[in-house]
Amino acid sequence: MAIPQLLVHNRRDNVGVVVIEGLESGTDMLCVVTEDNSDFRLTSTDTIPIGHKVALKNLIEGDTVIKYGVDIGRVVAPASKGGHVHTHNLKTKRW
Amino acid sequence: MVNFGKIHAYRRENGRIGVRNHVVILPVDDISNAACEAVAAHIQGTLAIPHAYGRLQFGPDLDLHFRTMIGTGANPNVAACIVIGIEPEWTQKIVDGIAKTGKPVEGFWIEQHGDIATVAAASRKAKEFVHWASELPREECEFTELWVSTKCGESDTTTGLGSCPTVGNFYDKLIPKGIYGVFGETSEITGAEHICEARAENPQAAKKFMATFQAYQDEVIEPNKVDDLSDSQPTKGNIEGGLSTIEEKALGNLEKIGRTCRYIDVLEPAEAPTKGAGLYFMDTSSAAAESITLMAAAGYVVHTFPTGQGNVVGNPIVPVVKISANPRTLRTMPEHIDVDVTGILKRQMTIDEAGDELTKMITRTANGRATAAETLGHREFVLTKLYRSA
Repeated sequence: MAIPQLLVHNRRDNVGVVVIEGLESGTDMLCVVTEDNSDFRLTSTDTIPIGHKVALKNLIEGDTVIKYGVDIGRVVAPASKGGHVHTHNLKTKRW
Repeated sequence: MVNFGKIHAYRRENGRIGVRNHVVILPVDDISNAACEAVAAHIQGTLAIPHAYGRLQFGPDLDLHFRTMIGTGANPNVAACIVIGIEPEWTQKIVDGIAKTGKPVEGFWIEQHGDIATVAAASRKAKEFVHWASELPREECEFTELWVSTKCGESDTTTGLGSCPTVGNFYDKLIPKGIYGVFGETSEITGAEHICEARAENPQAAKKFMATFQAYQDEVIEPNKVDDLSDSQPTKGNIEGGLSTIEEKALGNLEKIGRTCRYIDVLEPAEAPTKGAGLYFMDTSSAAAESITLMAAAGYVVHTFPTGQGNVVGNPIVPVVKISANPRTLRTMPEHIDVDVTGILKRQMTIDEAGDELTKMITRTANGRATAAETLGHREFVLTKLYRSA
C-alpha cells in the first residue's frame, strides 16, 4: 500500500490525523481508516503540521468532533472540509 | 507470536525477579541527600536517590512518603540498600520495611554523628554491599514473572495511533500469560472515564475506579481550576503535537490497555498489588516522573513509555523503554527512543507486529540491555505530595 498522508481511527469520525511532515494546502491525500483499512481521498485546504487534525466534512459552531468514534469536544469556530482542526476551533466540553 | 519464553534476571530473597542489580543509597529526607550523594561519590557501583521531601509530613501524605521510600528500597531491581536519615526513628521505620523482603539493608542517622562520620560508616557498609551484589549471578527466569508498568508522556496524536496501541497489544498478549501490569494517570482519563470504567474485571474494581476518578475531580480540580485546565491538560507539547482537548488525549492514553485485558483492582499511589497477576489501575499524577516513581515503588521492574513529541524521562532503578511512532521525533531526537514504530503510520507495520517488537525489546532490557534513558543518565525520582507539610 502507498504511504497515506492521513489516518482516521473510526468510520464514524469527522476528523483525521496528518501523518507526514510538510503537508501542503491543496494536496490530494490518501486517507486510511485504521479500524478496517478502507481508504478514500481528500484534498487539504490548509498547510497542516504532522499530527494535527483535518476536518473530513464542513464543521460549524456547536458541532461535536468525533475521533475514535467518540466525542472529543465541541466546534467553537467553523472548519471547512480538508481544513485544520485544532485549539482555534475545537474546545473540550469538560473543565 | 514472538517467543517470550525465558529471560536472565536476579532472583531475590522473596522470590521476585529483578532486572537490575542496584546498591541504593536512600535518603529518608531532603537534608540527608548530601550524605547519600557523598557515599555514592565515594563507593563506586552505588546509586544515591536524592529527593525533596520527608520532613514534617503527616497523615496520608506521610503514609505515602513511607510507602514510596520503602517500596523503592524493596523493589527487586535493588540488590541491597543503605538508608540515611537525620534521626533514627523514621530511618529505622524505612529499614524495617525494606528488610521484610529479606535483602541486605542498613540504616544510618546523622544527629549526634554529623555528616562526616555518618558518610564514613555508611561507606564501609555500602562497600560490603557492592562486593556482595557484584557476585550475584543472573539466573534463567520466565518472562511471565515480570512486572511491567506503563505511562505515556509528551503525547500527541501519533501516540493514540501507534505507540500506545503497541503497549496495549503487548498487554493483551502477556497479561493472560501471567505478568503483572499497571496503568494510571487519573486526571488524564478525563473524557474516557466511562470507557475505563467498563474495562474493569468486576463491579468492585469499576466502582473503586470511578470513586478514585471523582475524588480527584472534586478535591483537586474543582477547588483549583482556572477557566479550564487547557494550560496543563493537554500540555503545550501535546498541543504542538496536534492534541486539542483532554478527551482526545484521554482516548489515546487508554489505548495502552489494549482491547481485551481488564484491570482487576485499583491501587493507592505506590501501593503494591495484592490480588495476583493481572492488570491494575493506580491513582497517579499524569506527570511522567511522579507516575513512574510510584509504579516502581509498587514493585514494577520494567516500564514501557510511549511518547509522541519526545518525553526524555528515566528512573533511577527501573529501566524505562521508550516507544514512538512519530517520524519527526525519530528524525530529530532518535537517541531517546528504544522502539521505533513509525511503520504503523506508514501502514508498513501492524499493531500486532509492533507489540512483538516491544516484547523483544522488553526481553533484551530485562536481560541487561541499557535503555536510551539509562545511557543518557536520566534518573528522575519525584515524590508525589498530597498536601503541604505541617
